[in-house]
Amino acid sequence: MNLGWRMVRKLRIVNARNGAFFNARFFSDSTTQLPLASVTVDPFSNTTKTNNNININSTSSSLKHLELAKFAAIADTWWDSEGPFKPLHVMNPTRLAFIRSTLCRHFGKDPNCAKPFEGLKIVDVGCGGGILSEPLARMGATVTGVDAVDKNIKIARLHAGSDPETSTIEYCCTTAGMCQFWFISCVRLSFLVIEHVADPAEFCKSLAALTIEGGANVISTINRSMRAYATAIVAAEYILRWVKEMTGFVYNPLTGRWSLSDDVGVNFIAFGTKNTQ
Amino acid sequence: MKSGVNRCQVISCKKNEQEDEVMQNLTDDGHQYDVAIVGGGVVGMALACSLAHLPLTKHLKVAIIDSNPALGKRNCINKEDRPDPRVSTVTPATISFFKDIGAWQYIQQHRHAYFDKMQVWDYTGLGYTRYNARDVNKEILGCVVENKVLHSSLLSCIENTDFRKTIYPSKLTSMALLPSSSSMGVDSTLLTTALFTKGRLAKVELSDGKSLYAKLVVGADGGKSLVRELAGFKTTGWNYSQNAVICTVEHTEENRCAWQRFLPAGPIALLPIGDKFSNIVWTMNPKESSDYKTMNEDEFVKTVNHALDYGYGSHPKSSSLGGRDMFSWLRGDVTISADECFEVPPKVIKLASDRMVFPLSLKHANNYVSKRVVLIGDAAHTVHPLAGQGVNLGFEDSHALSRVIAEGVAVGSDIGEVSLLRKYEAERKPANIAMMALLEVFQRAYSVDFGPLNILRAAAFNGAHYISPLKKSIISYASGEQKIPLRLPFFS
Repeated sequence: MNLGWRMVRKLRIVNARNGAFFNARFFSDSTTQLPLASVTVDPFSNTTKTNNNININSTSSSLKHLELAKFAAIADTWWDSEGPFKPLHVMNPTRLAFIRSTLCRHFGKDPNCAKPFEGLKIVDVGCGGGILSEPLARMGATVTGVDAVDKNIKIARLHAGSDPETSTIEYCCTTAGMCQFWFISCVRLSFLVIEHVADPAEFCKSLAALTIEGGANVISTINRSMRAYATAIVAAEYILRWVKEMTGFVYNPLTGRWSLSDDVGVNFIAFGTKNTQ
Repeated sequence: MKSGVNRCQVISCKKNEQEDEVMQNLTDDGHQYDVAIVGGGVVGMALACSLAHLPLTKHLKVAIIDSNPALGKRNCINKEDRPDPRVSTVTPATISFFKDIGAWQYIQQHRHAYFDKMQVWDYTGLGYTRYNARDVNKEILGCVVENKVLHSSLLSCIENTDFRKTIYPSKLTSMALLPSSSSMGVDSTLLTTALFTKGRLAKVELSDGKSLYAKLVVGADGGKSLVRELAGFKTTGWNYSQNAVICTVEHTEENRCAWQRFLPAGPIALLPIGDKFSNIVWTMNPKESSDYKTMNEDEFVKTVNHALDYGYGSHPKSSSLGGRDMFSWLRGDVTISADECFEVPPKVIKLASDRMVFPLSLKHANNYVSKRVVLIGDAAHTVHPLAGQGVNLGFEDSHALSRVIAEGVAVGSDIGEVSLLRKYEAERKPANIAMMALLEVFQRAYSVDFGPLNILRAAAFNGAHYISPLKKSIISYASGEQKIPLRLPFFS
């Protein structure tokens, strides 16, 4: 409990810029089973201002301008659609289309609406520079991006902050396993991380733990190793029983576009829901 | 781990402080838009209407920049007026686009002329082609509409939606886009000007001193596009040393067919425009055009009748090259129009408008898109007005761009991202180039009067007249249903 309490304190600070409104919704949507959440609503919305003031003072000292400039330079390569992350940018619309259609169906949202994800809270685990988090935020979701690499988080935060539509994204440097005390979300996404995860089955479990009852999970990867694919999907499907829909990505070198296919051998995206048993 | 979280805290709180004060500024910042359309002509307005119509784009905030006073007025068309000589031949594809966006109903309230037949022939008397909409089981081949009717219909269409658009009755003077940069992160604010400095918005300055910001600037400002110039797009093209003389003429009875005859100096087209009026588009060399513009009306009418009848050569006979027998082996099923005989167009009795002269040129932008800038319509491609295709290509651009923007919104893209805009370019550029190349071939084929070439042309006419799969393919392409000219008809 003591550890949990500390984690929530930290979360509260990270969320501070959204003020009490976000905070209240964040916790009130989480249905039962998580006494921790309900306990913490009141004290933290009251202390928002205090936290702000304390931390502002430390900003200039803890983050040197030069260091920030260095990350900014990398941020631009993350976000250069012709740069080193080009394949990711090219594939992005296809996987977002998949997410859009599956989530709209699952949550009964209107697919003809410009912001169908309004009211949904999404955690993007392995968010990198925020290539997925930003579009999701534009689609109306309340997004939290999580990445184990501190540098990625800084880059993502810098970039998202320069557009009012994406500046509401929360970015946090942590791992999925550590999130579970405080991210009680409706939707969880994890992209391109499974292949880097030591134990995919354990990873899937921690994702499932993050999801509320009736929530959904989407997993995708550019799957360089068959082992990662096998363990992740087998774990997801048979241990956790939440893979509902899975599809592959195929790249057409003639058109330079990605499309969805039945071939899940190389790249795949999977969608699952968590239901009350 | 611990230090990582601590850093999160620091940055978040720093941002929070500024956001509170900035958000208010942002909401009453009226000069920030999603899309700024430079040029409120028919193509630019069609884009606006299409955006207003699509469920995924109707929330977008759009600015239309044009100093044309017609944009400020409503329904200024007097039905008693004689038809304006500036007309467009819209294809069935354009008509269905207008129906989709809800603009066609306004066109139907004004003068417009559907035609279901077309005759193309040349002065050598060696061949002709007649097209009939029934060849492809359609009601019509196209519709001739005055440009002012197209424009006011689109304007009425957009006025009757709750689309968030602002019309700036002004001219573009300069445009700026800073390279994308996150390096201002430390002094992060969400003010419009700050977004501009981060490359998230393009800045557009106007002749009345106003300036506005947009995620995407659309150059719909015609053949002499300033957007194209300011964005640094290179063009390929040349002037044909040819002018088009256009005017409205009157007949004794209503014309229901589109006529086009190739003369040594260029084609003359007679298009129905409704009631007893027709429109003339006559291509000729600049010297002739100034003569024809100034000659007295009676003489001009006589010259027009001459050019559409026996002038420069005799009427074609269907049998002159063996016609139908020669092509019998690949005719397939017979088209209705293959049995139609050559006809002489209705006589012109009176000139019904001023004569206007326009120089002809071909121009094509090497690229249509760059970051936050996109070209549509004549700004991207100016074509020979030969088959009345220019404006249809422009409408196809508007249609395609609005769909691409909707796709971008659907997947949460920044609508000014070049990777998104490239989809539009990939769709439209090959189609536009194909049409331009085809028109260029026609243009070149008729710029020479040389025996064997004449016979080849005549054979092509006869082929088009008698070979039904080819004919169907031509009609389908010219109506905008097929995007690439010759999907080999024999295999289709």
